[in-house]
Amino acid sequence: MTAKLRVKDVYKIFGGDPSLALERLERGESKEEIFAETGLTVGVQDADFEVEEGQIFVVMGLSGSGKSTLVRMLNGLIKPSSGAILIDDDDVASCSADRLRQVRRNKISMVFQHFALFPHRTIAENAAFGLKIKGVKPAERRERALAALEQVGLAAWADSRPSDLSGGMQQRVGLARGLATEPQILLMDEPFGALDPLIRKEMQEELLTLQKTLKKTIVFITHDLNEALILGDRIAIMKDGLFVQVGTAQEIVSEPADDYVAAFVADIDRGRVFTAETVADAPAALQLKTDSAEDAIKNMEDLNRNALYVLDGDEIAGVVTYQDLTAAGRENGGANEAVLNEVLITEYPSTDPDTHLADLYGSASAGLPIAVTDEENRLVGVVEPQAVFAQLSNEVTPNGESVEIPETAKTADTAEKPSRKGDAA
Amino acid sequence: MSPSDLYIIPFDDWVNFLVRDWLVPNFRPFFRALQVPITLVLNWLDDFFAFVPMPITTIVFALLAFKFAGRWMALFTIVGFIFIDMIDLWSETMTTLSMIITSVLFCAIIGIPVGILAARNDVVWKVTRPILDIMQTIPSFVYLVPIVMLFGVGMAPGIIATIIFALPPIIRLTNLGIRNVRADLIEAAEAFGSTAWQMLTEVQFPLALRTIMAGLNQTLMLALSMVVIAALIGAGGLGLVVNTGLGRLDVGGATAGGVGIVILAIILDRITQGLGEQNAVETVSLRATLASLFRLRPMADETKKAG
Repeated sequence: MTAKLRVKDVYKIFGGDPSLALERLERGESKEEIFAETGLTVGVQDADFEVEEGQIFVVMGLSGSGKSTLVRMLNGLIKPSSGAILIDDDDVASCSADRLRQVRRNKISMVFQHFALFPHRTIAENAAFGLKIKGVKPAERRERALAALEQVGLAAWADSRPSDLSGGMQQRVGLARGLATEPQILLMDEPFGALDPLIRKEMQEELLTLQKTLKKTIVFITHDLNEALILGDRIAIMKDGLFVQVGTAQEIVSEPADDYVAAFVADIDRGRVFTAETVADAPAALQLKTDSAEDAIKNMEDLNRNALYVLDGDEIAGVVTYQDLTAAGRENGGANEAVLNEVLITEYPSTDPDTHLADLYGSASAGLPIAVTDEENRLVGVVEPQAVFAQLSNEVTPNGESVEIPETAKTADTAEKPSRKGDAA
Repeated sequence: MSPSDLYIIPFDDWVNFLVRDWLVPNFRPFFRALQVPITLVLNWLDDFFAFVPMPITTIVFALLAFKFAGRWMALFTIVGFIFIDMIDLWSETMTTLSMIITSVLFCAIIGIPVGILAARNDVVWKVTRPILDIMQTIPSFVYLVPIVMLFGVGMAPGIIATIIFALPPIIRLTNLGIRNVRADLIEAAEAFGSTAWQMLTEVQFPLALRTIMAGLNQTLMLALSMVVIAALIGAGGLGLVVNTGLGRLDVGGATAGGVGIVILAIILDRITQGLGEQNAVETVSLRATLASLFRLRPMADETKKAG
């Protein structure tokens, strides 16, 4: 894990001599007090974070929270009042204008809220803008611009003007322009904020798809917590220029740091934040060859479960329910392997660990536990239907264990099937 | 009781001293040298328009009008130029045209860079602004006398007076155009690592071009309105016709000169306006402009689509 972008103790004070405000901040005065007494506005205070290579770091905050100021400090559009911003070894906050220009040309690019496309240039020329500034030759410039437009599905529009395109398409051009220079870091300042909801959702999905192959280090600014939760590998919640909480989507939703974050989290769709692995239990599976129906019933009673999965070697054979087992037991009078085979339900619901709970409602409503499988189709956990609904309603389940990620499932997952987040790590 | 009872400031004496006893003896050669390039361009243009036969000039202007201002303007150009020729003012009109083009050319050469500087530097703008205010409000008769003292009489001094009068709009509108370029576009250009020069040539200037062209149009109109006044200090052309008519109480002669100026003004105004609008929609490269000049097919529908 290497940090691509390191932000250290960054403050930004607007409106005059920053040292006045910095002193007062140190004494613990609030933004309002400082403004009332000195007329200085605290834009960003004490920003201190690192963004790993290939990670999407989302900064979420309402207007006036300082998020736009923060992202503009990352590429030097705004100079911080104090602190350091390190991209590899270049300190954007203090390097020379010439060095800063090199960093902007080669390492970091930006996508803007209102697209900021040049109306007097064609789509291809817009996409090639960064390359032109770098001094790339026209033929190569066009080729690379077209390749970037291809990535966002707009190659056919290369010779149109921005005004011919819809908002969503314009922002794709904005993205292509950002990608064309092949930067390592992409700053996105509320890129989807000006788009209507359906297009926004489409763009979010597309960004995630692109990110799977591009693996850029992205700093993404938004005022929409849902967007932050969908996109962010790590999320920072910002208020009055200060980071209130930094963490993964699940950390923020399950353990909001204060009432401010909690108020945001209250309205979000938990089913789109939590994944199957977060509510999965240890599989506690039976073996078809060796375990008897009696073992099965005993296990279920011990674990307080209504059904257990049955494995045949490493393969999942199916699932047996307590109800079926006891009914079969009464009929046969004795429990044996045949019974386990008889009551085996082979049509069982399954999912992979990254599936969102929102997509498990259908499977969960069938009443059977859902098998969580890795890519080799091995059982790494089970999701009890009630655990899904308990997580959605934000209640801790009776035995308290289902909100914890089972150790076995977790290690199996990270070791054998790196998730998107695993990739980033 | 008023302050003037106590003391009269000899302001006029001060100015007289400044101009007559200091500027004229010390800097006359310098000012004389200033008019060399103006005279050069003017003479070249004057010779050129005198050399080109009237029908060809008319056709070229009609084509320009057709391209930038539509067919009715083209028709007006043809009729207007024929009328001017038939009232026997063709050569005077061409002299005036050369003077106008020379003044506008020098206004653009001085005004656009100054406007750009003013837009990029608040101090320059703060200094420039009151100077422009003075240039626009001071009656032109006030500076005719010092101009004659410093430059003498003739065509070039007339053009210098015209430049002083017509310069402000292009500076103001260049400044405005560049300052009005959307802040997010500036930010975008900066975020991709533009140098100051790249910012100007790639983003600011092209996007301000429409406003700059509007400034050029205004400058042109002001230059035309100076034609008669410039004739007072020896510039020829239609202004001289008007002045002569005025001196002899020859209403007909003065009106003929005036009509010539009006016709020229309308044609030049519409052509430059059309030029500005065309540039706003698409930035046309010099080659494309030249190519389209000679293409007779109207580009109206293409421009609409792009807009």
